[in-house]
Amino acid sequence: MSTTEMPSAPDFELERSAMRHLADAQMNVELDTGDMILNLGPQHPATHGTLRLVVRLDGERVIAADPVIGYMHRGYEKLTEFRTYPQITTLINRIDWLSSFANEVPFVHAAEQLMGIEAPARAQYIRTILTELSRIATFVLFLGEMGLQVGALTPAFYGFRDREHVLNLIEGATGGRFHPNFNRIGGLKDDLPWGWVSETRQVMQLVLDSCDQFEDLVVGNEIFLSRTRGIGIIPGDIGTAYGVSGSNLRASGVDWDLRRDGVPYLAYPDLDFKVWTHSAGDSFARYWVRLQETRESVRMVLQLLDGLPAGPVMAKVPRIIKVPEGEAWVETENPLGQMGYYVVSKGATGPFRVKIRSASFSNVSILPWLLRGVYVPDVVTILASLYFILGDIDR
Amino acid sequence: MTEGDDAAEATEASPNPVHLDLLDRLERALPGAVVEHGTACGELVVRVTNASWGPLAEVARGDLECDYLSFVSAIDWAPTPRDGGEDAGGDTSAPVQPTDMTFGVAGSAGRFQVFARVQSTARGWGATFKVDVDEATPLVASWVGVYPGADWHERETWEMFGVRFDGHPNLRQLYLPAGFEGHPLRKDFPLLARVVKPWPGLVDVEAMPEEAAAVTAGGDGAGDGAGGGE
Repeated sequence: MSTTEMPSAPDFELERSAMRHLADAQMNVELDTGDMILNLGPQHPATHGTLRLVVRLDGERVIAADPVIGYMHRGYEKLTEFRTYPQITTLINRIDWLSSFANEVPFVHAAEQLMGIEAPARAQYIRTILTELSRIATFVLFLGEMGLQVGALTPAFYGFRDREHVLNLIEGATGGRFHPNFNRIGGLKDDLPWGWVSETRQVMQLVLDSCDQFEDLVVGNEIFLSRTRGIGIIPGDIGTAYGVSGSNLRASGVDWDLRRDGVPYLAYPDLDFKVWTHSAGDSFARYWVRLQETRESVRMVLQLLDGLPAGPVMAKVPRIIKVPEGEAWVETENPLGQMGYYVVSKGATGPFRVKIRSASFSNVSILPWLLRGVYVPDVVTILASLYFILGDIDR
Repeated sequence: MTEGDDAAEATEASPNPVHLDLLDRLERALPGAVVEHGTACGELVVRVTNASWGPLAEVARGDLECDYLSFVSAIDWAPTPRDGGEDAGGDTSAPVQPTDMTFGVAGSAGRFQVFARVQSTARGWGATFKVDVDEATPLVASWVGVYPGADWHERETWEMFGVRFDGHPNLRQLYLPAGFEGHPLRKDFPLLARVVKPWPGLVDVEAMPEEAAAVTAGGDGAGDGAGGGE
C-alpha cells in the first residue's frame, strides 16, 4: 500500500497470483485456508446504492477488489440524443442527485457558449449561490454519514438536519428539493423569492456552527482517528492518473480546483476563497478537506449575497432554442469532483452527442488499486470517504 | 473549424499561446502525429493519426505535463436514422438532426472517432485528442498502461461503440450485462422506447376514442401517432 510508483500495464492475473502466494507464505503456513470471494452489494447498506463489490479475501485482508457497476445505468448519453436542449436539464438533474443544481450548470453553460449568449450577472451570481448551497448540502451529509461508517450514530442526524436547512433554501428558490431544474439556457427560471437572502444568511450561520460541532464530535474522536488515519492512502500522482478529482484529489495534496484554476465560470472570479488541501491522502484527509470546504462554501455564499447585483435573471433567448454547429467542452468543480459535458451540436434543437464526464465514475475506478491489501472493515470506511453517488457513476 | 460566428474568428485571429506551446511540444515529441487541430469554444482539439495514439499517452503525460485523465470516449458521426419532424406526425418537440454526415472540430476521416481529454493539474491547461478508427474493424491503442484510469473509460467505449483497444488487459462489459449484443451508443442502434411509443413530448399523442375507432375502421394509418409498428 505504501508504494507510490505507478502500476505499469497491469497484469491482474499475474499480480493476483503473486499476491496470493505472498499471502499464503505469510499467513497460511499452518492452516490451509483458501481465498474467499465476498460479494458486497449490490444491495448493501455500506455501498450507498447499487454498487456491487466483489472482493477476494485472504482472512480479513482484501487481495483483489472488483467493483461491478451498471445496476443503475440509465443511458443518459443516448437519451440526450433524443431530447431538445431544454429537456435535457431534467435528465442531467438525476446524475448526481445530491447536488442536482450543480449538474445543470456545465451543460447549460456549454449550450450558452455555443449559442454565443451569456446569462446576466444576477443569474450568474444566483447560479453560484445555488451551486455552493448544493455543495454544502452534499458535504454536511457526508460529514455526518462518515461518522456512521465508524459506528458513530449521532453525527448522521446532525448531517441530515443541516442538509434539511439547506434543501429548504434550495426549495424556496427553485421549487424543487432534489431536482430543481431551475437553469434555463440564458439564465434562470425565476428570481429569488422575497426574504430568501436574509433566511440564507441565518442558515449559513447554522451551518458554520454545526461545522464546529462536527469538528468536536468527529475529527477529535479517537476512534474516528484510528479508523481513518493512514487508511486508504491515494498518492497524488496515482489519483490524477486515475482521474480522481475534487476533494478526494485535494486530500492527496494536489492543489487543483476548477473554481480557481479552470476556465473562469459563474461568479467565482469575483470571490475570495481558499483552496484547501491535505498532504496525507487518507480517509481522514478526505474528511478534513470536505469539512474545510464546507466552511469555505459558507464564506463564498455570504460574499455572493453581499455582492448580489440587481437586474434581470434571463438573457434574450429565441423561443425555440437551436444551437449552432460546433463543439464545446465545459467542466465545473462539482461537489463530487470534476463534472464536464462534451457537447457536439449539428445545428439542431437537440445535441448530436453529449459525453457526460461525471466525477464519481473516475473516483470509484481507483477502487481495485486502492482496496488491495486493506482489511475488510476498512473497505467500508474507504468507500464512504471517497463519497460517490451511484447515479454519478452509472449515469 | 467552422468560421461562421464571431467567437470562432476571434480565436482564429489570435491563437492561444498555450495552445501553440502544446502543439509545438507535441510536434517535437511525435513528429507528424498531428493531422489537424482546432478549437472548440476556446479548448484545444487535436486530431492525431491512429498509429500515434499509443505513444501519445506517454507524450501527453510527460511532454505536455497532462497528469490528469478526464475521460476517453467515442463519437459516431453517422447521421441519425430516426423519425422526427414529418415522420413523427408533425412532432416538433423531437430534435431533427441533419441527414448528411458532417464532422466536428478538427475533422474526421470516417464514421468512428475516439476522443479523450487530458489535463494538467499543475499548469491548468488541457487538450482534447481525437483519433480516427476504421469503421469495419475499429481498433486503437489502449492508454491503460500510462493512465490506469483509462481502464473503465475504454471498457465503456468498447461496449457502447464497439471500438477495441489494443493492449487493454480486461476488455469486458462495464455497464451492460455480459453477452449483450450491439453497441448502444452507435447511431444505428435504435432507442427502443422511442420505437414502440411515440415521443411523450408530443401534444395529444393519443387519438380521441372516436378518431381511433375511425382509423381502425377506415384502415388508413397514415400520420397517426399510435402506429409505430415497423
